[in-house]
Amino acid sequence: MTTTPTTKRLKTSAMIASIAEEGQKTTPAPFGHALARAAEQNPAIVGLTADLGKYTDMHVFAQAHPDRFFQMGMAEQLLLGAAAGMAQTGLVPFASTYSVFAARRAYDFLCLDIAEPNLNVNVVGGLPGLTTGYGPSHQATEDMAIFRGMPNLTIVDPCDSVDIEQAVPQLADSEGPTYLRLLRGKVPTVLDEYDYTFELGKAKVLRGGADVVMVSSGLMTMRALAAAQELAKHHVDVAVVHAPTIKPFDAETVLREIDGDRLVLTLENHSVVGGLFETVASAVVRAGLGQRIVPVALPDEFLDAGALPTLHDRYGLSIKAVVAKVLAEL
Amino acid sequence: MNTLSTATTTTPAASPAERTRLVQEFAYRMRHHILDMGEVQGQGYVGQALGASEMFAVVYADQLNFRAEDPDWTSRDRFLLSTGHYAIGHYAALAEAGIVPVAELETYGSDDSRLPMSGMATYTPGMEISGGSLGHGLGVAVGTALGLRHQGSGSRVINFMSDGELDEGSTWEAAMGAHHHGLDNLTVLVDINALQADGKTDTVLRTEPVADKWAASGWFTQRVDGNDAAALVTAFDHAADPGQRQGRPVVILCDTRIGRGVPMLETREKAHFMRIEEHEWQLCREELTAGSEGQNR
Repeated sequence: MTTTPTTKRLKTSAMIASIAEEGQKTTPAPFGHALARAAEQNPAIVGLTADLGKYTDMHVFAQAHPDRFFQMGMAEQLLLGAAAGMAQTGLVPFASTYSVFAARRAYDFLCLDIAEPNLNVNVVGGLPGLTTGYGPSHQATEDMAIFRGMPNLTIVDPCDSVDIEQAVPQLADSEGPTYLRLLRGKVPTVLDEYDYTFELGKAKVLRGGADVVMVSSGLMTMRALAAAQELAKHHVDVAVVHAPTIKPFDAETVLREIDGDRLVLTLENHSVVGGLFETVASAVVRAGLGQRIVPVALPDEFLDAGALPTLHDRYGLSIKAVVAKVLAEL
Repeated sequence: MNTLSTATTTTPAASPAERTRLVQEFAYRMRHHILDMGEVQGQGYVGQALGASEMFAVVYADQLNFRAEDPDWTSRDRFLLSTGHYAIGHYAALAEAGIVPVAELETYGSDDSRLPMSGMATYTPGMEISGGSLGHGLGVAVGTALGLRHQGSGSRVINFMSDGELDEGSTWEAAMGAHHHGLDNLTVLVDINALQADGKTDTVLRTEPVADKWAASGWFTQRVDGNDAAALVTAFDHAADPGQRQGRPVVILCDTRIGRGVPMLETREKAHFMRIEEHEWQLCREELTAGSEGQNR
């Protein structure tokens, strides 16, 4: 190096980088607390993890219900096989690991042991999409693409702590297997400021807008709402439709909103292949709408390592990048 | 209780010799069913099923606590077949156990049958899991055993697997998990016929020393002649002895001979998917019957 960088480089820091904006309201470990509460109502609920209890907020459940927590070790195939066996005895397991391991490493076990017999096993995947700067080994950029082809599996991509807290008891009550894209640690609390409740299988209009419709899931709904506020300063009126259940998909609500002259975008923390964009696109084609859709999604490539804000900027998931994309499209 | 579910708890007075005789007779009738089903398809996993008949028989005629008229009875012992292609053997056992009608066996592998070529829980009464993707059964068995124990059930879990499944890493994940969680309500039967899809096991992927591996994984390990009904009964009796078992999960490694009971198949060049000519089925049955009479069964 012959020159000194003029700007300080951001650091990658911990495995699980915070997705909260500075000063944003957060809720600690919403999944762990919600599961512990649900377990007080439902004695069949048990928790399992594959050596990632602390990193998936399962430790909160384990502390609240130590006799109902099962450590399976760093053995994801066993984690999901054993969860299937427990479900066959009438229990309702929640099994946590990172999304990359659930999707890539233990797929066959989720598919054949759990989904084919349609057992009530709830898989909880940490680090969905681009939520770590540790590179492709931990970035589950294609988890929804992998899982969407699996019959019987319900896929939920929650936005914030409100979504997670409300989803957990519904996942426990629903028949058949589910996959939850977990946000953990201090999770932003956003949707409490909207007239909103999580309903499994439903998309909800969070705000109306005359010029643009954003259909979003997961943490990108937060970004969509923030981008909508920024765009208002540019006199652009943006509607936001939150679709946290990716499968089965609420095409009826989404199609009703995007059928018109407004600019349509989909926003997802996932590869542009096989996630929300293609889910919406296929619904549009089936309905014969011929609507153009602009995707905000991760590129179809292995992503860089680095600091999360840097990467979100680089791959177009930051609020700034979303605003710029809308202005360029109008 | 079904009269055939002769779990030791229900017939404590039966001597080991009498239990052995019942297992042998059960296995002999199973082998006839296996040949009959094999003839329907003209080919199949007949060799493996014949080889494993005593293993199935000791489970259903001597060990498993079940109700034939209520296969989903909550307090039943669970038998998990992870080698889905051994279904032909399992169906023969289910028929002898009274869970599936013998007359239904002729539908084996046919359209709309409850008895598909690879065993699936959603198709067949008494079939606990959908095997076939190998290395799954033991992990599910670990969860089943954990779940039963967690809920205070005294039911046992028996997992049947093949030696080919010892190639799969998931088997060893589950073996460690069973030991870690102290699952003494779990028993595994491993059919060691030393043959896999691509050839002899020691040429495909060397798994020996098998017994050392299970013992090192913390299991109460026994290795027996899997075609010797008396040895199987004795192995289960040893496993039932708390002094020997010492709170550990149990594995019974069973060396078996493919095609057992039908000499023309025992001596034939070994094949994973055995082909038997149309005219040979009756010869097979005659050899099976003759062998049985020779042993004065």
